This record gives sequence, structure tokens and C-alpha cells, in this order.
Amino acid sequence: MWFEDIIFFLAAIGALAGALGVVILQNPFYSVLSLVGHLLGLAVLFLLLNAEFVAAAQVVVYAGAVMVLYLFVVAYIGGTDEPLRPESGPMSVLGPLFALALAVELCIAFISSGLKALDSTGADISQAGGTDGFGSPGAIGELLLTDYLLPFEAASFLLLMAAVGAVVLARRRRGLEDEDARPPRRRDDTPPTETLEVRV
Amino acid sequence: MDITWYLVLSAFIFAIGLAGVIARRNPLVVLLCLELMLNAGNLALVAFARMHGSEAGQVFALVVMVIAACEVVIGLGIIVAMYRNKLPIDIDEMSELRG
Repeated sequence: MWFEDIIFFLAAIGALAGALGVVILQNPFYSVLSLVGHLLGLAVLFLLLNAEFVAAAQVVVYAGAVMVLYLFVVAYIGGTDEPLRPESGPMSVLGPLFALALAVELCIAFISSGLKALDSTGADISQAGGTDGFGSPGAIGELLLTDYLLPFEAASFLLLMAAVGAVVLARRRRGLEDEDARPPRRRDDTPPTETLEVRV
Repeated sequence: MDITWYLVLSAFIFAIGLAGVIARRNPLVVLLCLELMLNAGNLALVAFARMHGSEAGQVFALVVMVIAACEVVIGLGIIVAMYRNKLPIDIDEMSELRG
């Protein structure tokens, strides 16, 4: 299966380069674009692992929707308008060293693991996943609505809470700003609610 | 490809994300690096699902994607609130994160 090997190495190099770009690039805008490339590489790897639905969700939801949200915020904040302090200090040296140590340790754990299945291409999946095949939307959906119904509902509830929380966090409010500096409120504006004031 | 290759790749991606979380100061980039770490976990989950020939790991990966989306939304909300209150967009200045 040399063809799959070539695809794997191309996608792996793409994913690793995207990840490195996220960390190294100075402009957050380019970091987000680099993460999009990383996510696309990962989607190819998911396809190689017979996870078709996860790969599709990765491309559509993650690389599509979530990253657009990121780009909006980066454009709103202004990316490089106010240059940050130079990234220096002990953490900028210790962080990569610590991460390298962790990577080496994890690789040793994986490679020297006694699990025989790790050195194979995986279990036989020709019969798995019902009629649609392994990792198909049908098989995943059946699992989500039978065995994993509770995590599914919990995830939807968590999404609802996150959406409400984001609206509360990011809405315009009377916070630390000077009242006199604000433009006069127009008559059709509803008065701001006094219920919650989040100071960050 | 052997499953080990996927796991080693996920270890490297996780380590890169960890280095970014520790070393970078821009909270936007720190959020992106958290995404990297979650994606490394996702890759390992899907690889183990392939190893066992069961889709349960893929369901977990989908749940992890939901968690990542929630984390992005809340994190970006906090960053926008910082920007609105004219606080410096710097992770070291965020020491007073209380309501």
C-alpha cells in the first residue's frame, strides 16, 4: 500500500508544518491561516483512518466555521496594531524545551509499548459499521443516538451554554468606560440592563 | 500505515501546541495552540478507534470538537471584552480574571 504511505507522509508533513506555523508566525492572522492548513492535513489523516464523517465535520465545522470566527475576531482586534512586548523571558526558552522533553517521552512510550495492535494497520473493519461501512455517517449517527445519547445531549447543552455565555461576555455594556465620553444615547435605544457586569 | 505512526504524529502536534501555550503571549495565539492540543488528542482517538475497529473513538472525537468550539467561543468572548475595556491584549496582564 505504498500509495497510502505517500498520502500519509504528505498529510503528516502538512499538519506538522501548519502546527509549527501557528506557534512561530508573529502575526495572529497568519497563525489562523496556518491552523486551517493544519486542520485540512488532519482531515486527510482522518480519511486514511476510515473516519469519513469525522473528516467531513473537521473540514466543514472546524476549518470552515470556527476558523472564520477566529478571523473575524483577529480582524476586529486589529492583529498587529499594537505590537506586543517582544516574546522573551525564561518561558520562551523553557517552554519549547519542556515540550520537546514531553514529545520524546511520548514517543518512547508509544514505540516501546507492548501493544501488538499498535504495529498493525488496525483491526479488520470489513464487516464493521453496519451496512454503510466503518466510520460512515450512518454508523456514527446510530452510535450517537443509541449508546452515546447522554454525551450527545450533554454536548448540545454545553453548546447552548457557551453561546449564551459568549453573548453575555462580549456584548456592549456599561463597564469601565467613562460615562461622559460615551455618545448620547438615542431615544430608541433600550436602556442597558443592570443585571450583570463582567469586568475582565 | 501502522497505528504507531499516527500516535507519534499526534504526540508531536501535542508538544508543539504545548510549547505555544507556554511561550506565546498573545491570547489569540494561545487559544490557537489549545486547539492544536485538542486536535492532537482527536488524532489519537481516531487512531485508536481504527486500531480497535470500533467507532466509539470517533464519537469521542466529535465530542472533543464540540468542546473545542465552546472553548473558542468563550475565549474569543473574553478577548473581545478585554478589547472593549481597553485592557492590554497580553496573557501576562490577565491576572485579574474575576467577576
